[in-house]
Amino acid sequence: MAQTFSPQVASEQHSVANWQSRLFHSTLNNRSLAIGLLIIASLGIVALLAPWLAPHDPYLQNTANRMVPPIWHETGSWTHPLGTDRLGRDYLSRLIYGTRISLFIGIVVALISGLIGTTLGVLAGYFGGRVDAVVSYLLTTRLAMPVVLVALAMASLIGGSMITVTLLLGLLLWDRFAVVARSATQQLRDAEYVQASQALGCPLHYILLREVLPNIAGALIVVATLEVANAILLEATLSFLGMGVQPPSPSWGLMIAEGKAYMFFQPWVITIPGAALFILVLAINLLGDGLRDLSAPGGRNE
Amino acid sequence: MSSAANPRDPLALELCALAKTFKLGGGMLHKSQTLKAVNDVSLRVPRGQVMGLVGESGCGKSTLAKMLLGLTKPSGGDVLINGKAIVNANQKALARHIQPIFQDPYSSLNPRQRIAQIVGLPLRIHAIGTPKEQALKVEEMLDMVGLPKRAAQQYPGQMSGGQRQRVAIARALIMRPDLVICDEPTSALDVSVQAQILNLLLDLKDEFGLTYLFISHDLAVVEHLADRLAVMYLGRIVEEGTREQIFNAPRHPYTQALLASALTPEPGLGVPDIGLGAGQPDPTQPPSGCAFHPRCPVAKPQCSQQSPALSAIAQGAAQATHQGSQARVACHFA
Repeated sequence: MAQTFSPQVASEQHSVANWQSRLFHSTLNNRSLAIGLLIIASLGIVALLAPWLAPHDPYLQNTANRMVPPIWHETGSWTHPLGTDRLGRDYLSRLIYGTRISLFIGIVVALISGLIGTTLGVLAGYFGGRVDAVVSYLLTTRLAMPVVLVALAMASLIGGSMITVTLLLGLLLWDRFAVVARSATQQLRDAEYVQASQALGCPLHYILLREVLPNIAGALIVVATLEVANAILLEATLSFLGMGVQPPSPSWGLMIAEGKAYMFFQPWVITIPGAALFILVLAINLLGDGLRDLSAPGGRNE
Repeated sequence: MSSAANPRDPLALELCALAKTFKLGGGMLHKSQTLKAVNDVSLRVPRGQVMGLVGESGCGKSTLAKMLLGLTKPSGGDVLINGKAIVNANQKALARHIQPIFQDPYSSLNPRQRIAQIVGLPLRIHAIGTPKEQALKVEEMLDMVGLPKRAAQQYPGQMSGGQRQRVAIARALIMRPDLVICDEPTSALDVSVQAQILNLLLDLKDEFGLTYLFISHDLAVVEHLADRLAVMYLGRIVEEGTREQIFNAPRHPYTQALLASALTPEPGLGVPDIGLGAGQPDPTQPPSGCAFHPRCPVAKPQCSQQSPALSAIAQGAAQATHQGSQARVACHFA
C-alpha cells in the first residue's frame, strides 16, 4: 500500500477553522449585508414582541382624539408619539402590528412560491426534454400574466383577505424561482458527482434533494429575499386598492389608503407607513444583494 | 464482493458491436443531424488486466464509459459484464460490479457533503451493514487510499486535487466492484501528484483483484499502466493489442501518428510534426470509407470508398496460440 502522504495535508488542515471565521468576517465586511440584516432583525423582533412594544391597542378607536399629529409637531404629545388616525387609533401601535402582516405575507409568499418554483425548475432542469418543455410553457404563460391585474381580479372574485392575498401571491410569484432553479440544475445535471450518484443507483429523490438542491440553494436564497420584498410591496399595493388585507387590520398599505384623503393637510398619515414600507423593502434588498455577493464564485473552494 | 462475480468467466468486460447515436438539433426549420459517437465497438477485457483506451478528444471515449456505467442507453450492441448482459440490468445491481473514477476531482465530489458521507454513500444506498459498520468501513477505505482519519470530517473544498482524487477512488472501491472505469483520472492533476495516484491505482488493483478500463489521451500514463491498449478514432476502434504491440510496432497510421505526437521531456525540440494536417473531421459528417483517410499520410484511392474492418493481424503460429495477445487493426494496408 502506497502511503504516499504529502505535507500539503497539514497546511490545508487549518483552512477548516478558517472557513467559518472567513464567512463571519466577509459578512461583516459586506456593508449592505450587515445593514440589511440589522434592520430586518430589529423589525423581526418588533413584529414578535408587538403586544409588549405597542403603547396602545391598535384597534381601539377614540373619536375624541382624531388626527393627533406626531411628536415633531408643536401640538404632538408623547401619549401618541406618531399621532392617531381618522378614527383616533394610535398610529405607532398600528405601525408595529403592521410589521407582523408585512413580514408574515412576505415570508409565507416566498415559501409557497419558492416551493412551487423550485420544484418545477429542478424537474425541468434535471430531466430536460418534454418535462422542460411543459415547465417552460407554464413559465411563459405565467410571465405573460400581469401580476397585479390577475391578483386584483382574483381577489375581487374570491374576496380580499390576508389568506387570499398570501395564497394568490404565492401562486403567482414562482417564476423567478423556476427560472433560477432550472438553469442552475441544468449546469449541475452533468456534474460528475451527480453522475457518480446515478451510477451508484441512487433513487431520484436522493439525487434531487441531496446532490442537486444543496448546491443550488445559494442562488435560491437570493431570489427568495427579493421575492419577500416583492410580495410585501404587492400586498401593500393590493391593500391600497382595497383588494388585499381588509380593515380594520393595520396593514401598511391599508394605512396609506385610509390616509390618502388627508394627504395635503396631514401628510404624516401617508409618509409614516410609506417610510416604514420603504425601510423594510430596502433592508430586504440590501440583504439580497449582500447574499448574492457572498455566494458569487470567489474560488473553487466555495 | 468480487467473489460474487462468476470467477470462471475470464472476461470481466465484453463489448459486442456497441453503438451510440445522438440526434442533434432538429427544430421546425432544420433537419436533425445524427452523430455516431460510438460506432460498432467490440472489445474484450480479460479479468485482472488494465485495458487502456486512447484517442483524441471527442472520439467517443467518454460516451463509451457512460454506456458501461448505465448512464446512457446504447443505441445498439451489447455490454457483458462477467458474461452477463447489462442492457436491462437494474442500476443498483450494475453498480456493484462497475464503478467510475472521474476526470475532474473538483467536480466529482459534492461540495456540500463531508468526505465520510461521500465515501459512505454507496454503502448507505445499497444498505450494506449497520451505520457503525459503515463508518468503520469508510475509515478503513480512507486508510487504504492514503488519507488520514481526520479527512472523514472534512469537506472537499478543504482538500487538494490529489486528495480529492483519493476520495473519489475510495468511493469507487468501497463496494469492491470487479471493474473500474477510470475516465482520465489524472489529467486534471499536477504532474507531481499524477504518479502518486497512478501507483495507488496499481496497488489497489492488485489488492482487490480489479479490472480497469483506463481512458486517457496521455500516452505516457497508459504506457505505465495498461496491459492492453485500444485506440479509438471517430467512434471506432482502429487498433487493439498488447502494450508492447502498440508501442513497439503500431500498425495503423493513426496509432503511429498518435505515438509520434507524444511530447518528449527534452527542451527545445518543440511540438512534433505528426503530418496529420487538418484537424479532426466533423463527426456529424464523417468522411466516406475509412474515416481516417483525409488525414492519413498513406491514404490510397481505395480508402475513401471502402471502410476497413477491424481484423486480426496475421501473426506467427507461436503468438496466435497465446490467446488474448492477438492484435487487431482496421486499415487496408496495415
